[in-house]
Amino acid sequence: MLVRFFFLLKSAGIPVSITELLTLLEALKAGLGEVSAERFYFLARTCLVKDERHYDRFDQAFAAHFKGAEDLFAHLMKELPADWLEKLAVRNLTEAEKAEVEALGGWDKLMETLKKRLEEQQGRHQGGNKWIGTAGTSPFGAYGYNPEGVRIGQDGSRNRSAVKVWDKREFANLDDSVELGTRNMKLALRKLRRFARRGAPDEFALADTIEATARSGGWLDIKMVPERRNVIKVLLLLDVGGSMDDHVKTCEELFSAARSEFKHLEHFYFHNCPYESLWRDNRRRFNQTIGTMDVMRTYGTDWKLIFVGDATMSPYEITYPGGSVEHSNAEPGSVWLKRLMKAYPKFVWINPQPQGGWRHTQSIELIRDLLEDRMYPLTLGGLEAAIDAL
Amino acid sequence: MSTSFRGTDRYIATEELMAAVNAAVVLAKPLLIKGEPGTGKTLLALEIARSLDKPLFEWHIKSTTKAQQGLYEYDAVSRLRDSQLGDPKVKDIHNYIVKGTLWEAFDSEVQPVLLIDEIDKADIEFPNDLLRELDRMEFYVYETRETIRARHRPVIIITSNNEKELPDAFLRRCFFHFIRFPDEATMTQIVDVHFPQLKRELLREALSTFFKIRDTPGLKKKPTTSELLDWIKLLVSEDIPAEVLRSDDAKKLIPPLYGALLKNEQDVHLFEQLLFLNRRNSR
Repeated sequence: MLVRFFFLLKSAGIPVSITELLTLLEALKAGLGEVSAERFYFLARTCLVKDERHYDRFDQAFAAHFKGAEDLFAHLMKELPADWLEKLAVRNLTEAEKAEVEALGGWDKLMETLKKRLEEQQGRHQGGNKWIGTAGTSPFGAYGYNPEGVRIGQDGSRNRSAVKVWDKREFANLDDSVELGTRNMKLALRKLRRFARRGAPDEFALADTIEATARSGGWLDIKMVPERRNVIKVLLLLDVGGSMDDHVKTCEELFSAARSEFKHLEHFYFHNCPYESLWRDNRRRFNQTIGTMDVMRTYGTDWKLIFVGDATMSPYEITYPGGSVEHSNAEPGSVWLKRLMKAYPKFVWINPQPQGGWRHTQSIELIRDLLEDRMYPLTLGGLEAAIDAL
Repeated sequence: MSTSFRGTDRYIATEELMAAVNAAVVLAKPLLIKGEPGTGKTLLALEIARSLDKPLFEWHIKSTTKAQQGLYEYDAVSRLRDSQLGDPKVKDIHNYIVKGTLWEAFDSEVQPVLLIDEIDKADIEFPNDLLRELDRMEFYVYETRETIRARHRPVIIITSNNEKELPDAFLRRCFFHFIRFPDEATMTQIVDVHFPQLKRELLREALSTFFKIRDTPGLKKKPTTSELLDWIKLLVSEDIPAEVLRSDDAKKLIPPLYGALLKNEQDVHLFEQLLFLNRRNSR
């Protein structure tokens, strides 16, 4: 019985191994899970799940298996898109609207709407209301698994169950492309720093020398280390304004993380697509610009070029002269991009737009083609891949 | 001495947490605890040690901590100095092996509780360096060519704030539990344990204010249990009556002594704005 459950978990995408199954069986043998179904649930979760991101999936698998439902996989294939929920609740609301929601009777109200949406979505994809049933009995955290199979969604008030769904998604939000904190970014960027430390050993290492001398019983043993030169040089070109406003916060974080990681960091701004001039200070963008040519002359080819931008614009801004939204440009953006690429063979484009939507925006595709596919999403994984490419 | 952990008079453990801890104790496997900051991860080890009456060894991890430091260190420098001074101690290498926390826990006469705090702070390779030690509860001292084995497999509690991913091989050897943020009922119990004399009314108001703040969308740092406890401590010491907390018609928009709950000025600002709009709309 547990073996089948084990394979269910595996097919649900939880990384379980035989070791963990054996541990669970051992624990059961020691009499730890016998008191109640609830206890068994907690025990199984403790043994098998190693990451809170998977709690959500585990709960669904558990409910499905121990209710004898067969069609687990179909359920799991249709995980509610977490960002859809998040977006609905957070992004689409301005601060004022959020306050309005509060005034309207708070989040409960919103939750109700949310729940209705959820039902609609399920209806479309799933057929019937089975999904709600499964979700309703979700043996989750504070609300607990209900061994008698009483459906909380039915005996509780509507609001409560909606809040519950939300709670559930709160865990689901931990899933997948993790929210990027400055710290996370620093950790990712650190990779870039590491290979900046290479070099010939030409500096006297005091601590190592003492250590080695002591170990060899007093014979002087001189140790050398490469000088800690942070040779990495980063040229950061940031898109500002327009469609980038949505991403200001993440970009800010990326910037501050980069700032503290690299000594040689120069940054310039552009709007939508780089043309013949860039600027360094947004307030003086119209009168204090620097020619892109000058930038390329000042900073040699050993600099690594990182574009940060959503690449979302009208295709004309890339392909036609005079296509820029701000001024009349003599040469199209694509020419300038190619020039930059030529000047800096090591380059990447980091795009804060979710990767799933890239294919639907023509200009993103265009730029990706131009940049030989070196565009990466602004997530931890994307950042790491980008740094590998540098 | 009871053999199973059910929380203590100072620490409220949920059913799921108890199950996780007891599994870890019975099977003597490390228990990895994650959760929001301030939900009592570190405190858990202390309370387990107290309630099961076992000695506690703490190993706090920093970004510079190496796995080796938990086992032992070879103090080569003092050996060098001793050799220059002609100290007879220098002949015996054992004099220069400094035991680490893990070694001391392994040496303990009774089964100890070992806390490895904030393992995610260390280098990415750190957990991998401890695999064999945690699995077999033994390690090898190269300098003296001896193997150190645990007399009693310690109860190991490992906490993490999720700043780094832990390697799979490491996770496979651990039990895992994620401490959820307590709901209102549990929170009431927790506050009760800490402030038994607190007036019901004040508690109710404080909790509702607290959860209101937590529910504010867009806060950079949500207040946690430990911050709530600090705040209540302040409220009690300043002797603030419950009515003041009913912020709807009070002149002051923001709860008194909010500094204990909101930790950066953007959050304070956001919260003020929300309250202001809220009030304007309700008129």
